[in-house]
Amino acid sequence: MTNMTPDDIPEVISDDAAPAAPPSLDSETAEKAAAERDISVAVGETLVEIDNLSVTFGGLTALDAVNFKIKRGEILGLIGPNGAGKTTCFNAMSGVYKPSGGDVRLEGVSLLRKKQHTITRMGLARTFQNIRLWGEMTALENVAVGLDTRHHTSLFGAMLGLPRHRREEKSSIERGMALLEFVGIADAAMTKASALPYGHQRRLEIARALATDPKLLCLDEPAAGFNPAEKENLMELIRTIRDDGYTVLLIEHDMKLVMGVTDRIVVLEFGKLLAEGPPKEIRQNPAVISAYLGEEADGGAA
Amino acid sequence: MSTEPVLGSEGTQKHLDELAQQTNKPGRFSGLNSWWEQQPRAKQWAILLPIALLVFFLPVINPPIITTEPGNDWPLACFDMARFALVALGLNVVVGQAGLLDLGYVGFFAVGSYVAALWTSPDSSYVHIPYLWTLPLAMLVTVAFGICLGIPTLRLRGDYLAIVTLGFGEIIRLLATIIPVMRGQQGFKEVGHPPGPSDHGVPLFANNHGTPWYMLTVVIIVIVMILLGNIERSRVGRAWIAIREDEDAAEIMGVPTFKFKIWAFGTGAAIGGLSGALFAGQVGFVNNQKFDVVTSVLFLCAVILGGSGNKLGVIIGGALVSYIPLRFTSIAEYKYLIFGVALVLLMIFRSQGLIGARAHLLAYARQARARTKEIASRRRTAEPTKEAAS
Repeated sequence: MTNMTPDDIPEVISDDAAPAAPPSLDSETAEKAAAERDISVAVGETLVEIDNLSVTFGGLTALDAVNFKIKRGEILGLIGPNGAGKTTCFNAMSGVYKPSGGDVRLEGVSLLRKKQHTITRMGLARTFQNIRLWGEMTALENVAVGLDTRHHTSLFGAMLGLPRHRREEKSSIERGMALLEFVGIADAAMTKASALPYGHQRRLEIARALATDPKLLCLDEPAAGFNPAEKENLMELIRTIRDDGYTVLLIEHDMKLVMGVTDRIVVLEFGKLLAEGPPKEIRQNPAVISAYLGEEADGGAA
Repeated sequence: MSTEPVLGSEGTQKHLDELAQQTNKPGRFSGLNSWWEQQPRAKQWAILLPIALLVFFLPVINPPIITTEPGNDWPLACFDMARFALVALGLNVVVGQAGLLDLGYVGFFAVGSYVAALWTSPDSSYVHIPYLWTLPLAMLVTVAFGICLGIPTLRLRGDYLAIVTLGFGEIIRLLATIIPVMRGQQGFKEVGHPPGPSDHGVPLFANNHGTPWYMLTVVIIVIVMILLGNIERSRVGRAWIAIREDEDAAEIMGVPTFKFKIWAFGTGAAIGGLSGALFAGQVGFVNNQKFDVVTSVLFLCAVILGGSGNKLGVIIGGALVSYIPLRFTSIAEYKYLIFGVALVLLMIFRSQGLIGARAHLLAYARQARARTKEIASRRRTAEPTKEAAS
């Protein structure tokens, strides 16, 4: 976070975005959206450990004994050329794929052989590369489903409108609106998700993932399809999310965004760990340059 | 350069307002729907109450032209419509809300009918209990059947689930034929009925008295609607819609989808069983002839015709599917042809069904709407001052 000075942010935001209703993110909103869960590890300690993780599809090894750690309170970038295994790594962590070897541990507890919804409830939430909102539901309802992880009303409790149900419903409006406000789309709370503009949908995905109260938030190319100004806004949002007490794992293709927002970067290539370190080191790592950044460095910033 | 994050630059407020107006409620009744939402609760009740009374006294009113007489007894036709509406309401939970295609729903209906028959008919050697007690009993037994069917099958999706449930419907019918206790085609006569004053030896809830049966069913429908409405506007209803829209995403967002699907199956089964028990009581005779696949398809047709996922819609759909063959007796033979054509046309021109309004899934939507408006207006007024400050 130290390598990003305000000067690096292009002037384009203040000019272009002015008529587009930029919401002010007051400290009150940020506080309301802040992480509420108790996490056993201290800030700076290892929160998630990827231990020799391998994933194979038939004869193809998509992920080959990858090792890295995610520390609490950091923004870790996961980069690599297309097909390097970034999303596979995400899917193996969140339980979509069953790893063929190795382990994933959250606060020392293995996530292997756990159901996907259990993993989310344990504190690992994610967004999708291709947006997967529930189109027929409003933005607020989408977030409310994410909030389900903290709700315990049974079918009968809901049917009869018991006090716990009413309490949970009230809190889900409060919390849901706070989260929508936090990502900057609260005015669209009652709009159907499928009718939202693209950028709003991406933000809604983040709000929905935050609603599950994650210990680790995994963002899978959250800036895909964004223009530079929107990317800057998103970087700002990701930083605010971190400042609010969340830990972020970020897959991103856009080098400028990754270099600008992350504290550490892990580089994958052909399913193997290529390099790991702070953005400055990664930028100068010859192996990374030849594998991935080579074209970027020659062609200038994307 | 402000260090404040500049968010939400992708769409202006005006654009969003327009979107909210246009896209939230598709279809012809969109104006009516948004008007209705804006009315205060008291006014909504003032409008609803007379309509409810009109519906409640429908068999007594016997309106000309609409009536099914002389071809069919009007009060009995009303009961049949109400029965179909109740079935549609139950099937809607499974198909419309949770998105699980169930082609064997008649199986639950059959189980409910047989529960009523086994515990009240003199042909049965079981302990006999008052008829009204068989209604909750039928629900309990069908829920058990629903869960037994659900646990192995709800891991399947889409077409595969449809095929398995189709099989379930047939299994129930065949079991009724094979097992001696179920008495096959011989069936159970003199199924019980609710108590009531008898007039010259004819009980109030006699088989040919449609009006009391209809009124009982309407009361049950209203209770079921209120309870289902509560479920819809809770985490359960939201989870069902999320599963319907994208099951994988729901699972990854922490929704235990399997549990919620079982709940949907159980709820749907309970209502199906309840409807079956009412049917058995009114007809007074249960055998294995009334629970074929075609009836299942007719139930499904009612849900899709009325508007899958919308409670009011499926009630109207259910009533229509029952009403049309009873009213137009000359074309009753061709009812499957007519419904088939109607469904094809509906899918082309109005795929969401006759009344396909989006369901509301928040218990405190009014508060949320007010908050949204407040935030939007605050933002509009805050704009100029903030620009001046920076």
